[in-house]
Amino acid sequence: MKKLGTVRTLLRIFPYAKKALPRIVLGTIAAISGHMFALAIPGYLRSLFDTLENNTTFETLLFAVFAVLGMGLLEAVMVLLRRWLVLTPGTHVEAGLRRTLYAKLQDLEVAFHDKWPSGQLLSRASSDLSMIRRWLSFGLVLLVANLFTIVVGFTILFSYSWLLATVFFVVMSPLWVLGFRFEKEYHVTARMSQDQAGDLATSVEESVHGIRVIKSFGRGSFMTEKFARDALKLRGTELNKAKMVANLWFYFSTIPSIATAIYLPLGVWQIVEGNMTIGLLLSFILTTRLLHWPIDSLGFLLSMTIDARSAVERFFEVIDTKVDITDPATPKNIAEPKGRLVFENVHFKYADAPKEQKDLIDGVDLIIEPGESVALIGITGSGKTSLTALATRLYEVTGGSIKLDGVDIRDLSREELRAHIAMAFEDSTLFSDTIRNNVLLGRPESTEAELAQALDIAQAGFAYDLPDGLDTKIGEEGLSLSGGQRQRIALARAVAAQPAVLVLDDPLSALDVDTEAMVEDALRTVLKATTALIVAHRPSTVQLADKVALLQDGKITAFGKHSDLLASNDHYRYVISSLDAAGKMIEVNN
Amino acid sequence: MSMQGVKNEEKILLSKEEQARVRERSLKLLGEMIKPVKNRLFISLALVVTSQALRVSGPWLIAKTIDDALPAAQAGDLNPLYWTVGGYVTTSILAGFTIAYFLRFAARVSQDIMFGLRKRLFRHTQRLSVEFHETYTSGRVIARQTSDLDSIKELIDSGGSEMISGILFMLFTAIALVTLDATSFLIMLVSFIPLFFLTRWFQKNTRISYRKTRVASAKLIVHFVESMTGIRAVKAFRKEKRNEETYKGLVEDYRSVNAKVIQLFGIYDPGLIMIGNITVAFVLLWGGLRVMEGDLGIGVLISCILYARSFYEPMENLAMFYNSYQSANSALEKISGVLEEEPSVPEATNPTPLAERKGHIQFKTVQFAYSNGKVVLPVFNMDIPAGQTIALVGTTGAGKSTLAKLIGRFYDPSSGTVELDGVDLRDLSDDDLRKAVVMVTQEAYLFSGTVAENISLGKPEATREEIENSAKAVGAHEFILSLPDGYDTDVNKRGGRVSSGQRQLISFARAFIADPTVLILDEATSSLDIPSERMVQNGLQTLLAGRTAIIIAHRLSTVSIADRVVVMEHGQIIEDDKPAVLIAGTGKFAKMHKSWRDSLV
Repeated sequence: MKKLGTVRTLLRIFPYAKKALPRIVLGTIAAISGHMFALAIPGYLRSLFDTLENNTTFETLLFAVFAVLGMGLLEAVMVLLRRWLVLTPGTHVEAGLRRTLYAKLQDLEVAFHDKWPSGQLLSRASSDLSMIRRWLSFGLVLLVANLFTIVVGFTILFSYSWLLATVFFVVMSPLWVLGFRFEKEYHVTARMSQDQAGDLATSVEESVHGIRVIKSFGRGSFMTEKFARDALKLRGTELNKAKMVANLWFYFSTIPSIATAIYLPLGVWQIVEGNMTIGLLLSFILTTRLLHWPIDSLGFLLSMTIDARSAVERFFEVIDTKVDITDPATPKNIAEPKGRLVFENVHFKYADAPKEQKDLIDGVDLIIEPGESVALIGITGSGKTSLTALATRLYEVTGGSIKLDGVDIRDLSREELRAHIAMAFEDSTLFSDTIRNNVLLGRPESTEAELAQALDIAQAGFAYDLPDGLDTKIGEEGLSLSGGQRQRIALARAVAAQPAVLVLDDPLSALDVDTEAMVEDALRTVLKATTALIVAHRPSTVQLADKVALLQDGKITAFGKHSDLLASNDHYRYVISSLDAAGKMIEVNN
Repeated sequence: MSMQGVKNEEKILLSKEEQARVRERSLKLLGEMIKPVKNRLFISLALVVTSQALRVSGPWLIAKTIDDALPAAQAGDLNPLYWTVGGYVTTSILAGFTIAYFLRFAARVSQDIMFGLRKRLFRHTQRLSVEFHETYTSGRVIARQTSDLDSIKELIDSGGSEMISGILFMLFTAIALVTLDATSFLIMLVSFIPLFFLTRWFQKNTRISYRKTRVASAKLIVHFVESMTGIRAVKAFRKEKRNEETYKGLVEDYRSVNAKVIQLFGIYDPGLIMIGNITVAFVLLWGGLRVMEGDLGIGVLISCILYARSFYEPMENLAMFYNSYQSANSALEKISGVLEEEPSVPEATNPTPLAERKGHIQFKTVQFAYSNGKVVLPVFNMDIPAGQTIALVGTTGAGKSTLAKLIGRFYDPSSGTVELDGVDLRDLSDDDLRKAVVMVTQEAYLFSGTVAENISLGKPEATREEIENSAKAVGAHEFILSLPDGYDTDVNKRGGRVSSGQRQLISFARAFIADPTVLILDEATSSLDIPSERMVQNGLQTLLAGRTAIIIAHRLSTVSIADRVVVMEHGQIIEDDKPAVLIAGTGKFAKMHKSWRDSLV
């Protein structure tokens, strides 16, 4: 990716802040006005100071007091206005960015999610975005307003005294150089710290998701130490950042004071020489003091801007990622799906697999007629799950095509395709929602009777006995259910979607023999009417299907009835059979 | 107690009692966080006292310059001018140095506090029992350890130093003002009255709002994490649009509570500026009158104005600090709640050492019910002699997994004891227990890192040779070699590439290398194909020699390697004998075995 500079990187966020921009601009104007009112105060005091010690009237004093009071009140009103103008729109921008990021992440294909640890995504969606908001509604506004104020302040100073203002200006000028140098160095470290924080979030996530494994091996302290090492790295980076900021702060707070110390005796000398009045010097001093904060804060605003830059960069790293699996420009429709699923010379290889490696799916030809069910058999790692994922375009074929009722699945919208083909995954992901909503995920409009039927087919009647029946909320990932229960809910979900094609990935692996038999019986009625592709490891599952396809070395090497293949195909027998030719169990040999 | 631990943590409006309780525990946590860095905190305090005193001396030196040095210079004596200007330069540079060092020191302190808290929270959640994790949901644990910690970080990062230096600056300014002109100070004292009321108002309104933001933010994270981990199901069932709707609602909830907080601050801050500016006007009026009468030097007046104006400058930072304090406070409330959770499976305080690991397991009148009262095991007795391999069989929900979890001490029995070699599991150190008992479950979780690292989780100090041997033993070696980088393949980057069967093989290798006395396999081969399963069982024959093993499997193929079969139903043993005896009989197992046998080809 091409690296943009700080300004150009930050500019990229503006299209997302369009609506808020007018108010941000107005807010900046308010901020500037506030500062201007403050800067006006020394001017009003100048003539007062000139005459105060000699012969001033009470009216002059009163006038000055009211001027100070008025300017002071106006300043406060402007601050109020700035905050009112900018803050709410800022939160809208943040919310908008968050939704954009979320939508993009959901749009991105599964291959993207395989690559990206979710902690890195989480840190982008949370702390990075609030960083951007704070910068837009605070950092940016004050940066512009303070720079403007400094320019105006210097103009005023020059109007007071060329000599003093020149001295003040020259002494201050190294700050520019320091600021630019800081920007370069700090950026690298700021980015590093954000990435490390993301890594830490990933460790946290894994430690929670993998808690059972960690516990059963007693690796709690091992993981903690590993986590501590990462946290220590982040601590080091943060300390580096602090060191840089502290150094910058030293210069930004010391140099203005030194400048004051240099012009002060010059001013005194000017008064002694009679070239300057005491009121003028006092106003000059007051003005430079008023400029202290805008100048001091530049250092801190600069580091904030750079933090925001990294956050924007990290945001666009996701947004700029091209979605490889998209909807066609003019999607076709299948009005009445029959469920004829055809694989034509399908090739597939994971994008990050080594070049020299041959395709995982290496020319699969398979025709599943409407209403037919086919079991997919092959050894572990032969590509069965990958092949099923291709049918719903969770991954995209790298060669050949898959057609549903004669239409290339790439010519359908993803929405329609996935409405026609429903899946049950072997890892049966459930969402923290009610049983009802989990089952009806693919078809929320189903009737109560259809819901009951789906649960019945999957032998998931246990759901009625849960504390709130079908309205029981299950924990995230459905953890409070057993593996077998989760699998049955996931199966019910696929059935309830009433698709034209059912893709079941080893749907009964976690069920006991009795339950499995009951599910099989019930499933048969569904499979009579539905096209199905069933990944199977066991003969019992295979018998659900009308035909069997044997996946071997990326190709379908055999296709036919279970009994025929069993008799004729050695590899098939090897994969599916536990018995030897004589019908005896193959004994486990030592 | 209604606010014990994480109970009711999403409650917004707390009763007085609850409020006090929650505050007490977050303050206690805060104290504990600060304790280890106490000394360094004092050093940074000393640094900041010095720097702020130096900073405050600036206007005083200006007053001196105008009132003393200027007339002297006019009279031809430049010495006072040298002194004041020299003083100004010196104090500025010293102030700059001390502030810079203070910032670095404060960063050290705050980073150490953060590091300590991060580690403590991580360790604590690791210690908490599986039951806690099952009910609390992973998303919330993650929210506690990410966004909540972020807001505490924000507090101690910038807030802490802002507050200390701000308060000190105000204090010194007040002192300087008193010594310069006490009556001007009185004017400032009067301004404290509106300041007090404004702050009260702000404080009252924000506390509730901040609590709301923490809750809203946690919900946002929970939803986010869940949709990203379940992305396949999301896509397959076209949940994207609905998810976007849900997320939109959550984002808006978070936005509006957050905006509320920011708006409150948006009133507080200009309020402070206004009070400050009015004070300045009164100081000018009062001072001006006296300068007219000749009671006051004009240099003193300008210093008073500078002091009065700068007095309120840190107030803005203080308000910001208060802001992050409120936010961090709500986070502390939640975090201290998690830290307060006691593991329902606590580690033994005075562990009994395991004299000799044999692997003899006894269930003595064990009862087990979940905390919601659901009874899984009503009075249960069982004896598993050392070295025996038993197969646990029964329908889903019969209590097999519970039995396994009790041996693996994921749970403790509600009554009765589970003993290993005569020692109650509760009296064993975690280290001894985990060395002795290893459990492999159906869900074969892989951590980011290489395949080798994942296997060596069973034995962190394992050599590459040991790792490969264990992989060979379970038949995982071949497929691992076929991965792009063999054993060094990063499973995270190609995580989707390792099929679930392969994942189970890796986790088998992990158990193999751990070399436990008691091995529990809970549906550990469910995703394996028949040849792989056969390979694993071959490996098991070697592995299980001399070990105790409890195998739960729906595929009865396991039975061929078992010495004994235990059939369970509704938490009770209904059959228990040698496999051959049961198969020959007429009981439940004989039936199950027959139908399974028939399904084989």
